[in-house]
Amino acid sequence: MPSPLSPPLPAGGISQVPDAHGRFGRFGGRYVPETLSAALDQLQAAYDEARADPSFQAELDQLLAAFVGRPTPLLFAKRLTEYAGGAQIWFKREDLSHTGAHKINNTLGQGLLAMRMGKKRIIAETGAGQHGVATATACARFGLDCVVYMGSEDVRRQEPNVRSMRMMGAEVRPVESGSRTLRDAINEAMRDWMGSVETTHYIIGSVVGPHPFPRIVRDFQSVIGKETLLFCQKELGRDPDCVVACVGGGSNAAGMFYPLVEHKGIRLVGVEAGGRSAKPGDHAASLSYGNAGILHGSLSYVLQDPDGQTADVHSVSAGLDYPGVGPEHAWWHDTKRVEYTSVTDAEALDAFDLVARREGILPALETSHALAWTVKEAARRPKEEVIVVCMSGRGDKDAAEIARLRSLENGGAHA
Amino acid sequence: MTSHHDPKSQASKPLAATFAALAKDGRKALAPFVTAGDPDLDTTLAVLEALDRAGAAVCELGVPYSDPIADGPVIQASYTRALASGFTLEKFFAMVRKATGRVKMPILAMVSYSIIYRRGIDRFVDDAAAAGLAGLVVPDLPLEESEVLDATCKGANLALVRLVTPTTPPERAAEIAKRSTGFLYCVSVAGVTGARTDLPEGLVERVKWLRTKTDVPVLVGFGVSTPEQVKLLSGVADGAIVGSALVRRVGELAAEGPEGVARGVESWVADLVNAAR
Repeated sequence: MPSPLSPPLPAGGISQVPDAHGRFGRFGGRYVPETLSAALDQLQAAYDEARADPSFQAELDQLLAAFVGRPTPLLFAKRLTEYAGGAQIWFKREDLSHTGAHKINNTLGQGLLAMRMGKKRIIAETGAGQHGVATATACARFGLDCVVYMGSEDVRRQEPNVRSMRMMGAEVRPVESGSRTLRDAINEAMRDWMGSVETTHYIIGSVVGPHPFPRIVRDFQSVIGKETLLFCQKELGRDPDCVVACVGGGSNAAGMFYPLVEHKGIRLVGVEAGGRSAKPGDHAASLSYGNAGILHGSLSYVLQDPDGQTADVHSVSAGLDYPGVGPEHAWWHDTKRVEYTSVTDAEALDAFDLVARREGILPALETSHALAWTVKEAARRPKEEVIVVCMSGRGDKDAAEIARLRSLENGGAHA
Repeated sequence: MTSHHDPKSQASKPLAATFAALAKDGRKALAPFVTAGDPDLDTTLAVLEALDRAGAAVCELGVPYSDPIADGPVIQASYTRALASGFTLEKFFAMVRKATGRVKMPILAMVSYSIIYRRGIDRFVDDAAAAGLAGLVVPDLPLEESEVLDATCKGANLALVRLVTPTTPPERAAEIAKRSTGFLYCVSVAGVTGARTDLPEGLVERVKWLRTKTDVPVLVGFGVSTPEQVKLLSGVADGAIVGSALVRRVGELAAEGPEGVARGVESWVADLVNAAR
């Protein structure tokens, strides 16, 4: 149960996490089979070494500029702002990154790390397929073998991404176990890693999993928040009032929020997948409705039954369809630094339509959750205020699935 | 024959007595693993009695978990079947209580730390001790995270069996071996559980070395399925753990009902027990 009192902060402030054991307050840690312990220690050591090596950051920066197209711009969403009739809405355009989402920031960083460790084979899990595509892309660029695990339900609903991965030489392995979604894809990737750990690096796609993954992914994604802050200060002459991001595992949100958490004046809001309803099994909102528990190697908020069995979850968005959340989000939740809320499938779909028609951008369904909350909130805030929403990915991958859902709503006439 | 048990350790008492008795007879331990509740808990109870009759030294009882990342397809499928048939921890502890009243072999629970944490460490350990379990094997709890559970198990006289794997560096393996109570579980191969046909290279040397690092017996598991393998392992280790091969057998026999499964399992395990010397 969440404690009614906020936990004490580390001496240096809320950003001084994780500690040497991968703890964000009481969250995080490393709950994995012994077979993986040595590989995680090796990864930690390689990452510490890379951080101390200016040539590593220089190589990554160069790739982020010329390969990804960073920095990504901030766009004033003029017609959406007019529609909401309140605060100014700005988009941080991660959807303009190469491969169409923020995921590439992490896969390039971890791909370089894998090469430092002498590992030539990469495995990854993917939900919406964006992380799978970003991993396949990094592997093609670096000449690494790539296997992507993807729930068979997600293979169906994110078909365009499956095709892209295969075109770049990755092997996509559909996962038939459990709910056939992101959680099962992570299970299969971890099982692969159990047997291949000496030659293979697992590029996990979100700020989840055992230490040091939540920290590494957050750090590689922090370019989002750093650029946002710099832009606002330079171009707007001020900090934003409020910054919003969607949260499944929580990587775009962690990358956006982490550089801002010490800026006390900035309101930070994470938007989870509220699904069909607040009933268990109908949503994927771990922080809004879950309990402290262990899933996929770390302690965080999870959706479980009272026996500790992982609950079924639902979201219209494959990338948010996950029963857990990164441990640093649990930490920000308990310290009350970040507000977490949720929006429903229907609200997200409406936001998708709205942003498509008023801004000429098809947002990812994941991102549409953050947009739905932003539009509601902007309407309540004064015109001087600036809300930045992380446009984490583009929605081309979702177009076919949205058309299918719409035709079902219309009695299946166009199915 | 030397006995490897630590007579000072309360935590490993029932296990220590079992291993001492085996050593006296010049035998090695055959330690079967079965999934609790597959296909139902009545069958599991009958299987436990059959394993005891067949001469199994200790039994690891797998607690079904929805996301078992260390397990291969056979055990995963058994967990899925058990959960689908309505497995709960309440029913599990009730069945274990019956079983421990009827069998002489010590029973340990193989359980994910996710399940222990959610129930509450104190409550889980209390329930386990009250049901008569001899110890816990927690495959996803590494040394660094185990302090609280370790202390709680010691307080309840439960063994906390730890695992070393081929990827564990020597210094770390020695520390794990030192801190394991009841016995030490030596994982023979890197990877998930599942029957394999050969014993991996280097295993014999590793087990020999591990036995110099601990007072508790060293049992070898992951991939053991035939009397020949058990015989081979008995030359070097204190016993062999047989998991997926037995779980598969239970699955195949499930249609024959609890007594049918028990009969089939008993003769199959008895052959393995005979090889463990």
